[in-house]
Amino acid sequence: MLRLEQRPQPSKTMLYMTPVMAVFATMVVGGILFASMGIDPFRAIYLLFIDPFTDSYNLSQLFVKASPLILIAMGLSIGFRAGVWNIGAEGQFIMGAISGGAVGLALWGSTGWWILPLMAISAALGGALWAMIPAVLKIKFNANEILVSLMLVYVAENFLAQMVQGVLRAPDGMGFPESRNLGRNDATSLPDVFTPLGIDAGGVVMLILLAMAFFLLQKHAMGFQIKLTGESPRAARFAGVKPGIIIAVCLGISGAAAGLAGLFELTGAAGKLTIDFPVGYGFTAIIVAFLGRLNPVGILLAGAVLAGTYIGGENAQFVLKLPAAAVTVFQGMMLFFLLGFEILINYRVKRLRRAV
Amino acid sequence: MSTLLEIKGLSKSYPGVKANDDISFAIQEGEIHALLGENGAGKSTLVKMIYGLVKPDGGQMVLNGAAYAPAKPFVARSSGVSMVFQHFSLFEALTVAENITLGMDDAPNRKALSEKIRSVSESYGLPLDPDRLIGDMSVGERQRVEIIRCLLQNPRLLIMDEPTSVLTPQEVEVLFGTLRKLSADGVAILYISHKLDEILALCDHATILRMGKVVDTCTPKEETATSLAEMMIGGELEIHVQTEFNPGTEVLKVQGLSLPSTDAFGTSLKDVNFSLRKGEILGIGGVAGNGQDEILAALSGEERVATDMIVLDGTGIGQAEPNARRKLGLLSAPEERLGHAAAPMMSLSQNAFLTGRIRKELAPGGVIKTRRTNRFAREIIEGFDVRTPGIHVAAKALSGGNLQKFVIGREVLQAPEVLVVNQPTWGVDAAAAASIRQALRQLAASGAAVIVISQDLDELMEMSDTFSVLSEGRLSKPQPAEGLTIEEIGLMMGGDLEGTHHVEA
Amino acid sequence: MDFSSLDPVAMIVLLIGAATPILLAAIGELVVEKSGVLNLGVEGMMIIGAVTGFIVATTTGSPMVGLLGAAVGGAVVSMLFAFLTQYLLSNQVATGLALTLFGLGLAALMGKSYNGIKPPRMDRLNVDGLTDLPVVGKLFFSHDPVIYLSLVLVFAVWWFLNRTRAGLVLRACGENHEAAHSLGYNVQLIRFGAIMFGGACAGMGGAYVSLVRVPQWTEGMTAGVGWIALAIVVFASWKPWRVVIGAYMFGGITILQLSLQALGISISGAYLSMTPYIVTIVVLVIMSADRKKASLNAPACLGKSFHASH
Repeated sequence: MLRLEQRPQPSKTMLYMTPVMAVFATMVVGGILFASMGIDPFRAIYLLFIDPFTDSYNLSQLFVKASPLILIAMGLSIGFRAGVWNIGAEGQFIMGAISGGAVGLALWGSTGWWILPLMAISAALGGALWAMIPAVLKIKFNANEILVSLMLVYVAENFLAQMVQGVLRAPDGMGFPESRNLGRNDATSLPDVFTPLGIDAGGVVMLILLAMAFFLLQKHAMGFQIKLTGESPRAARFAGVKPGIIIAVCLGISGAAAGLAGLFELTGAAGKLTIDFPVGYGFTAIIVAFLGRLNPVGILLAGAVLAGTYIGGENAQFVLKLPAAAVTVFQGMMLFFLLGFEILINYRVKRLRRAV
Repeated sequence: MSTLLEIKGLSKSYPGVKANDDISFAIQEGEIHALLGENGAGKSTLVKMIYGLVKPDGGQMVLNGAAYAPAKPFVARSSGVSMVFQHFSLFEALTVAENITLGMDDAPNRKALSEKIRSVSESYGLPLDPDRLIGDMSVGERQRVEIIRCLLQNPRLLIMDEPTSVLTPQEVEVLFGTLRKLSADGVAILYISHKLDEILALCDHATILRMGKVVDTCTPKEETATSLAEMMIGGELEIHVQTEFNPGTEVLKVQGLSLPSTDAFGTSLKDVNFSLRKGEILGIGGVAGNGQDEILAALSGEERVATDMIVLDGTGIGQAEPNARRKLGLLSAPEERLGHAAAPMMSLSQNAFLTGRIRKELAPGGVIKTRRTNRFAREIIEGFDVRTPGIHVAAKALSGGNLQKFVIGREVLQAPEVLVVNQPTWGVDAAAAASIRQALRQLAASGAAVIVISQDLDELMEMSDTFSVLSEGRLSKPQPAEGLTIEEIGLMMGGDLEGTHHVEA
Repeated sequence: MDFSSLDPVAMIVLLIGAATPILLAAIGELVVEKSGVLNLGVEGMMIIGAVTGFIVATTTGSPMVGLLGAAVGGAVVSMLFAFLTQYLLSNQVATGLALTLFGLGLAALMGKSYNGIKPPRMDRLNVDGLTDLPVVGKLFFSHDPVIYLSLVLVFAVWWFLNRTRAGLVLRACGENHEAAHSLGYNVQLIRFGAIMFGGACAGMGGAYVSLVRVPQWTEGMTAGVGWIALAIVVFASWKPWRVVIGAYMFGGITILQLSLQALGISISGAYLSMTPYIVTIVVLVIMSADRKKASLNAPACLGKSFHASH
């Protein structure tokens, strides 16, 4: 008979170990899953988890794939720490891409170093404003931000479809529902910074913002207020924290980050706006945020792990005929294991001895 | 009348404190028996043992001549012992009938139950509509539901824990009528209360507890409020020894402070008035639940009131938010250490920042000065003898006494002009309590004004220059503490707002 | 505008078909939330139900057995969520999301080899004399069994919650889990059961999409319906009959697009597709803004973890 007993202090070891344990547990259970499907488990696990980190080509790909995840997750984690649940990052991603892309398309034909930064600002604003809708509704009407931000994802998807069929459609694109290719236009395409590692301008911005997030949480009074709100709302009130500001700041930051990520994806990997533009980064980023324990450094690592599974998954699909969906299963499994192991941080498992 | 329940030498200890020490008394059938005593005297523990929630360490109970040792409340109920708690176990969105069904061990079907509820409640003068939602009912009406739930199980002994603390005077009269009828029907009532005038009016017998022991028994009809108060307080009250009390100019003025309570079980503040001078310690006594938390919230800024209801150094600050008040020098320390005064999972250093940020300038321009914050935390720990491995330990790892020293020390070291503390030594060991009181006295001696809200009369008498009592949201007129007699204190606690004490000039 | 091309009866029948998956998922989630748990994994449970139901139906040749299989599938996968949140005290929001993501992936995996296959047809009701009645016949007597089942289920849930002691205890857990515990009820076990019921219902809702509405299996075919079901529960103020109204309203909005096209009104399809979601937000805001009403209808302990500290 097992029982849970509260620990006097949260266990620091467990704090760091739980993500690692979650990854390992996923490897084991995933291996069993593969074996049951007739796929060589060791080969599959190697391809999914280890291979992406060994090959230099894979490593550069890793950064490219991890960058948007880390950027979005960083923004989300700030809100999650305060108990503000932004589940609509996917929608903010889309709206950011549309805002930034629209600026780029409007300025089509012009050149200048200032075009891309202007697009970035527009994207960040677009994403932030989209996220302010659930913020305002929560502050004024106490509406649940989970459902509002989520509903807005579907609104954003439909809005995108509308835009690429109408206003933003490429005039000489033979009527296809897609915009001009911003990625192929010098003025609006994302420049590489360090090609061997796959770092482009977007990646650099991501690293800068990650450092800023770290600074905010560790060293700034606002970061303290955010953490306090999530941990102890009554003490936060006593300390003079204004809940409305926290909600607005958290949703604004995560919306801006997601919007920026959308623009980087548009001007980098995707190139043009199409109906299929959203690829689910907004949702995967949630897993990255949790796996990274809502902490900038952790998120960096977790982003790498999850990006690794995407790359590994693509390779495994090719080599082992592994279905693409297997990767999503793995990601979900990792989150499950993490959530399950988390209890060990605050509780000890004790075996109850039967009374003699 | 024969003896219903006999308590013989009942004892119960918890780590560090002997809650009940060899308690003996008896309750007769149909008797209304009062259990009197200050907070911490051991009343709750005693009735929990009678109701089967807690197991005694020693002694025995005899119910109707047979040995009685309930292992669970269920057993107590089937033996005929029922209890109405101070904090109700009710479900707001459900009806009266549904609530009662949930709390009954053997509930009849819907129709029969509704019938029973109507008839029983009416016959005892507490009419209830079975289909009403609890959420729509006043606190007094909700208590009726709890009482009827007990009565439907035909108890021989009904225990009531501070029943009138949530009732209006009219509702109190109605309740008394019910209790008298029950008594006449042969049901014994164990009535826990502080309200001396009620006990005088209602009870046949009283047992008085102090520090876990029975110190007296009496027949209230033969006593007065004064004599009861004396028995309760123990007559050993240290009469205040006044050191130099040279109050300075007025620094805080509270006038007509009224604050409706947002919580159903809270207490609304009604027309609170007092004035505080530099160097003065105002002691506010009174049993918990009479508006202590609300006064602190109004003064700390967590609740806003009209601007001029609180005037600090001539400026109306009723609408100011907490940090604005901190800037002006008004600091506070709430009762709840973990979760309110301090964040349990955060380190002592972070908790030092929590309130110290403004006055200690720990984050000018928004950036946290870590070294300065750590230094402040260390100052607190060293200055107030907080036993802890370090400043990075989580607040919840500290013992109650040490955390309280930290909380008080944190505010004292910010050099407040006015400091308000709620229950400064609650749950704190004697040594820590003494050092906290000393720190507060020194603070006042250095020119600050201090308000101490406490249930511990000894403590208040030891420290206060001026004394007043909070009763049902109203504050009695503050009196000089010097020479205050127990009789006068008792009257104030019983609700006398004017006070008759004068100091010879 | 050419109204003659509109067939209101046919539209209503379509509406009911579109609404039924939402209805099934929502009524299950209503029970879960009434017990005090917020399960965001509805979408995941639905898609698992869709694929499980499909597989079982094609293997056994019986759509009804498939439906049963879907219920089992949804309940089983919900147990992951139940175990984590009730016994390991994990965060309900994160765990629900994990369930959705995991469910979507697992379903895609399971359904790999079933793309493009046609499932066994579910027969519609055909009662001599009744079904052939004009208008009335089509509206009431010609649906597939699942539609009738869904309405019976709503009634059963209402009756359970409001007329049985077990339902009362479940509601108590959602209102005040501390008080329920102190009265001796096993809060965690009750919630576990409620979660499994929610999983079974969501599973059936998903199977309806893959076996009747489409009917086919495709990855991610539930397309966000699970999230709408969550919103419907709020819209319905946690009252079973209002869930029917909400679900049918949403079915209506989805069908509206088709009818407007039929009327020759050209509003862009994308804007129309947005309407259900925007309406959901508006409804949510209205329901939440009146704090007193909202607090009276929402289970007070919704989303809070319960740990028995004894």
